[in-house]
Formats: sequence, structure tokens, C-alpha cells
Amino acid sequence: MNTISIILFIVGAAFDLFGCIGLLRLPDVYNKLQSATKSVTLGTCSILLGLFIHYGFTAVGLKALIAIPILFFTSTVAAHALVRGSYLFGVKLWDKSVIDDYKKVVQISTEGKEVEK
Amino acid sequence: MLDILIYILMGLGFLCFIRVVIGPTMVDRMVAIDIFGILVVGICALLVLKSGRTFLIDVAIAWIMLSFIGTITLAKYLTGKKLDE
Amino acid sequence: MRYLTLFIIMFLLWMLITLNLALSNIIVGLVAALITALVFGSQFKLNWKKFYNPLRYIWLLIYIIVFVWECIKANFDVAFRVLSPKMPIKPGIVKVRTKLKTSFARVILANSITMTPGTITVDVIDDDLFIHWIYVSSKDSKIYTKKIIGRFEKLLKRIFE
Repeated sequence: MNTISIILFIVGAAFDLFGCIGLLRLPDVYNKLQSATKSVTLGTCSILLGLFIHYGFTAVGLKALIAIPILFFTSTVAAHALVRGSYLFGVKLWDKSVIDDYKKVVQISTEGKEVEK
Repeated sequence: MLDILIYILMGLGFLCFIRVVIGPTMVDRMVAIDIFGILVVGICALLVLKSGRTFLIDVAIAWIMLSFIGTITLAKYLTGKKLDE
Repeated sequence: MRYLTLFIIMFLLWMLITLNLALSNIIVGLVAALITALVFGSQFKLNWKKFYNPLRYIWLLIYIIVFVWECIKANFDVAFRVLSPKMPIKPGIVKVRTKLKTSFARVILANSITMTPGTITVDVIDDDLFIHWIYVSSKDSKIYTKKIIGRFEKLLKRIFE
């Protein structure tokens, strides 16, 4: 079997592991999304890239290559929607957070024209 | 080798379910389910190599899109709007 | 013309996903792309002339290389933060002002920010991006603006505007 693809599989599984450890360890929702979504997405992309290198330019390899940008876009949009949704739902930031610029803007838009209910 | 990697990914899925069970808020559980969807794509990709059944890569692509739609719907529900707004 | 551009993109996407040159598959793809183009064509507000300029694709290639490099570098950073026993995190939401004008370029910028670990775009209101950052290293807006979006903004301006 191809050595490069084996290395990519192992790297991908390691990044998945880091992401899941982050999911269990980090304090609040926002930090969990930070670590989890991105590390896990990069790990899975690495696994798919290893699949492409193993199969080359056949049907399976090309499909694996196409799955990478789809996975990138969908997971980023999903993470963004989850962050915004949880902020508007009222989940507080971690108490040790340093700065919060978003708070003022949301309040203004609720008082002004009822954009965010 | 491949067996061990698949078992590791399944164990990570189990970690996600621990988060689903103990998660203090609803959003934590949704994040864990989102992560689980991405992990399943990785498992599918490894199973293609393990079993030689090439249709599993189609399953992976479809799984990406379905997990995306599910997460978006739940996130929209969180913002307090109706689904067609 | 706008409908035709969307139709071509959708058909190429269909062919790439299925990868099957049988006649029946092509016909199904044509019909599906036609329906998609007819339904969503009125929502497709991009300037279609930009799709036919080859110079932009070269910049796009350079951008992808830069982006992947940043992504990998920052991923190791987040992995270090998660694994170290003390967890050196200092989260917060900062406001960053962007110079990009078109909405599609802003979407790509927000996606890039979300995908480089350590930062997530929370919302885009007018010219401001609100970014959740896992380690707020300085509170001066000029420094963090340059740190977060400085490397992407110039390239994106060349690609999409």
C-alpha cells in the first residue's frame, strides 16, 4: 500500500483525536466549536486526500477530491450558523473572556428595528 | 493498520456521544452531533479502502450534505425564527 | 446570460459529483441543472462576466496555496492549546473592518476566517466582521485587523473585484 496515503490517514486520525479532546475539555460552546469543527474538518480532509492519492485519477479518487471543497464549505457555514444561533439564543460567553464587541450591536438592532428577535 | 484507524475513529464518535449525554446546554449537544457527522465521513472514506466497495464514497458525499442541512435547520431554530423566514 | 452561467456551473458540478459519461446520466444532469437554473436564477446576483476572466483563476490558485498553508499552521496552534494541561486560551469577540465591497468576496473572506483555526466569524453587519478569537493577543484594533485578515484581503480583492 502507498506510504504517503498511510501517513495522511494517520495525520487525519490524529487531528480528529485533537478535535474530540477539545470538544471534551474546552469550557464553553464557542471554544468547543473553535477546536472541534476545524480540527475535525482538517483531519477528515486529510483522510480524503489520502484516499485520492491511493486511488489516483479514477472515479473513486476524483470523487474523494471533490468531497474536500464540499466538506470545507458546508462545515464552515454550519459552524458560522451555530455560533450566531447560539449567541442569539442567549448562551453566555465564558466568564474569563476578555472582550465582547458584539453585545452592543445586537442590542442596538433589537431596539431599533426588531431584526433579531 | 486500517482496522486500528477505523476503531480509533469509532471511539472518537463515542466521545462525541459522551458530550451529547453530559452537555450542559442544547447547543453543546448540537455541536457534538455536527462533529459526529464529519467523523462518519472519515469512517466511510476508510471503509472504501478496507472493503473495496466503491459506492461508499457516494454515501460520504451525501452524508456531508445531509449533515449540513440538519445543522443549518437546527441553527435556524435556535435564532427563534420560523423555518421559512 | 446569468441563467446560462448558473446552468453551466450546476451542470459541471453534477458531472464532477457523479463522474459517469453514460447518456442517461448526462440527460438527468441537464434536466436537473435546468430546473435549478430556472428556480434559483433570479437569486444569482453575481456579476457573470467575472467568471470568464482567466487571470482571476490564477490568483485563485495562489490564494488556495496561501490559505492551505495558513490553515495547517494555525491548526497545529489550536492542537497545542487543546493538549497543553494549562489550556492557554483567552477568548473574546472582536470587531474588524473590511475594505471588500462585493458580497461574494465578503462571504469568501468570512469563510476563510472561519476555517483558519482560532477565529470564527460570528456575524457580518455592514462593513464590520465580528470575530470570535480563541486567544486575543492585543486589544489594539489596527494590530488585530492586520493579523486576522491582512493576509487574505489583498488577494481576495484581486480575485473578486
